[in-house]
Amino acid sequence: MAQMNMLEALRDAMRTELKNDPNVFIFGEDVGHTGGVFRVTEGLQKEFGEDRVFDTPLAESAIAGMAVGMGVQGFRPIAEIQFVGFIYEALDQMFVQAARMRYRSGGRYNAPIVFRTPFGGGVKAAELHTDSLEGLALQTPGIKVIVPSNPYDAKGLMISAIRDNDPVFFMEHLNLYRAFRAEVPEGEYTVPIGKANVVREGTDVTIIAYGMMVHTAVKAADELEKNGIKAEVIDLRTLLPLDIDTIVASIQKTNRAIVVQEAQKTSGAAAEIIAQINEKAILHLEAPVLRVAGPDTVYPFAQIEDAWLPTPARIVAAAKNVLEF
Amino acid sequence: MSKLLNKVPYEVESPDVEALTILSPEGEVVNPDLMPNLSDEQLKELMYRMVFTRTWDERAVNLGRQGRLGFYAPVSGQEASMIGSEYALNKDDFICPGYRDMPQIVWHGLPLYQAFLYSRGHQHGGQIPEDVHVLMPQIIIGAQILHATGVAMAFKKKGEKRVAITYTGDGGSSEGDFYEGLNFAGAYKLPVIYTVQNNRYAITTPYEKQTAAQSIAHKALAAGIKGVQVDGMDVLAVYKAVSEAAERGRNGEGATLIELLTYRFRPHSLADDTTKYRTKDEEGEWSLKDPIIRFGKYLAKKGLWSEEDTERVKEEAKAAVNENIKKAEATEKMTVAGLIDTMFEQTPQHLEEQKSDFQ
Repeated sequence: MAQMNMLEALRDAMRTELKNDPNVFIFGEDVGHTGGVFRVTEGLQKEFGEDRVFDTPLAESAIAGMAVGMGVQGFRPIAEIQFVGFIYEALDQMFVQAARMRYRSGGRYNAPIVFRTPFGGGVKAAELHTDSLEGLALQTPGIKVIVPSNPYDAKGLMISAIRDNDPVFFMEHLNLYRAFRAEVPEGEYTVPIGKANVVREGTDVTIIAYGMMVHTAVKAADELEKNGIKAEVIDLRTLLPLDIDTIVASIQKTNRAIVVQEAQKTSGAAAEIIAQINEKAILHLEAPVLRVAGPDTVYPFAQIEDAWLPTPARIVAAAKNVLEF
Repeated sequence: MSKLLNKVPYEVESPDVEALTILSPEGEVVNPDLMPNLSDEQLKELMYRMVFTRTWDERAVNLGRQGRLGFYAPVSGQEASMIGSEYALNKDDFICPGYRDMPQIVWHGLPLYQAFLYSRGHQHGGQIPEDVHVLMPQIIIGAQILHATGVAMAFKKKGEKRVAITYTGDGGSSEGDFYEGLNFAGAYKLPVIYTVQNNRYAITTPYEKQTAAQSIAHKALAAGIKGVQVDGMDVLAVYKAVSEAAERGRNGEGATLIELLTYRFRPHSLADDTTKYRTKDEEGEWSLKDPIIRFGKYLAKKGLWSEEDTERVKEEAKAAVNENIKKAEATEKMTVAGLIDTMFEQTPQHLEEQKSDFQ
């Protein structure tokens, strides 16, 4: 089995599907010749030609809107929006046009598009390159939201996303692209959309996270263990559909939970997860479910990024709070 | 600039833009060289469709006021632009309409009762039959321009000799998506036709406040595609311009922007008052260019059309509207559960649970 970082795993997934399905196309700014600013698609144009993998003019709305038109004609576009902050330029086409194509047409048309975008803090990038905008997508009926945390999941989820007949917002954390290598099977396999992964078992508190925060949560769990607290860590992998069953099963065991997200605290993924926990597991809770998140400010300039982002220490403190409630 | 543009007689000229016209308002052929090659039967068919559409529009406005239709954007005055452009397409060409462009997609194959269902806010209105190559009308101004661009990209990738056409208004030509679409089409040389039905008003904002450009057709220059301005009240001129643009697209010669100078005789929707922003003089002037009267005079001189023909078509149209509105009204209502099931191909668990609240 090959060792790959997340970037290579994503590329391998796209290569697999470019081979499998002539309807798959990759386009976006700089994705062709150079393989994208992070080289995620490096070599794919050389391997599959400019017809299948191509650079576009610099225009996010047109990238997303062209994907909608191609999707209506039966293609399965993978459209890259170069950095997450640029999706605002494409929001109508992504979250209005693609996401409601099936609804508007009463099921006649769909938009089988993967909108890929790098996001995520801790890399000292320029303004509007790192924000966590998954909450916008979660407020949008008709689009799925995937945030992988490791190379194996990234490949399996990307293949699932490309094969999915609904639009998918696929968020790739900048800090995870080259963070580490892991075993990734050759060839095709899928990780199902909507199935969470219990990455660490525990009995005292459930820590729910996704993307980079899974790793921060595991570090926190290591810390907690030193104090004799066994934390269970759930990697959501998919925010919509959300695997609430896995969350509830864990809370039935631990009776306490915290949700960790990089995004600003208010009204985001964590708020929704806690609302669903209230609906489905309130009688199993011994304490309120707490959020560890960024504060409700604009995403900060690089100087204070590390202080702004959730840390293992903040997660440990939150865990202790729910345990001592 | 003019050197680039002077290759055919009706191309946009600078600084004075002239419209491509074939018929004068009196129905005389003023540019015989441009006359499209249409049989008598086809000429009559164009007239039939325009008269039918005018009658349908008049009935639809009344049905709207009776509460039997929902959102409806009147089309009277724009029949030449709408009918002439659609008639120039092949059946497998693809239409991405704006909110007012229901006639084009109905004449392209969408059953009339589905148009009424769409207006009444029923999803089945947008369930386009498999062999009809259109999208449902777009509400966001200009979004459809990018869909047409993508559809054209798909045709090019598949090597199909088909074109995509999209419609917006003069207001739509100010949108960012308009520029992005034209630029993509130029960069990729796509088989797409962008039409702007310049009906002089974006709801109430006059064209003069919309742009300082010499014409909307000029905007093609920046994208490196062909720009044409056409008398949009002259069905033959519209047909000619769109036919040529379609041929160019099919031949791999790229995209065309066509500005159709037209006028809506009625308000933007059923809700605004035209007396607040237009003058009687202006309306009178444009009514002299009425596409149906103009083309009717031309056909009458050729002995192809009479008042009796107009009356016959009106009666047919009224009967068709009655029949189709009844069919729309008799269609089973949507349900919330049904709506939920159209969010995703397979309804996820959380939506299944929400569905149970509505069953």
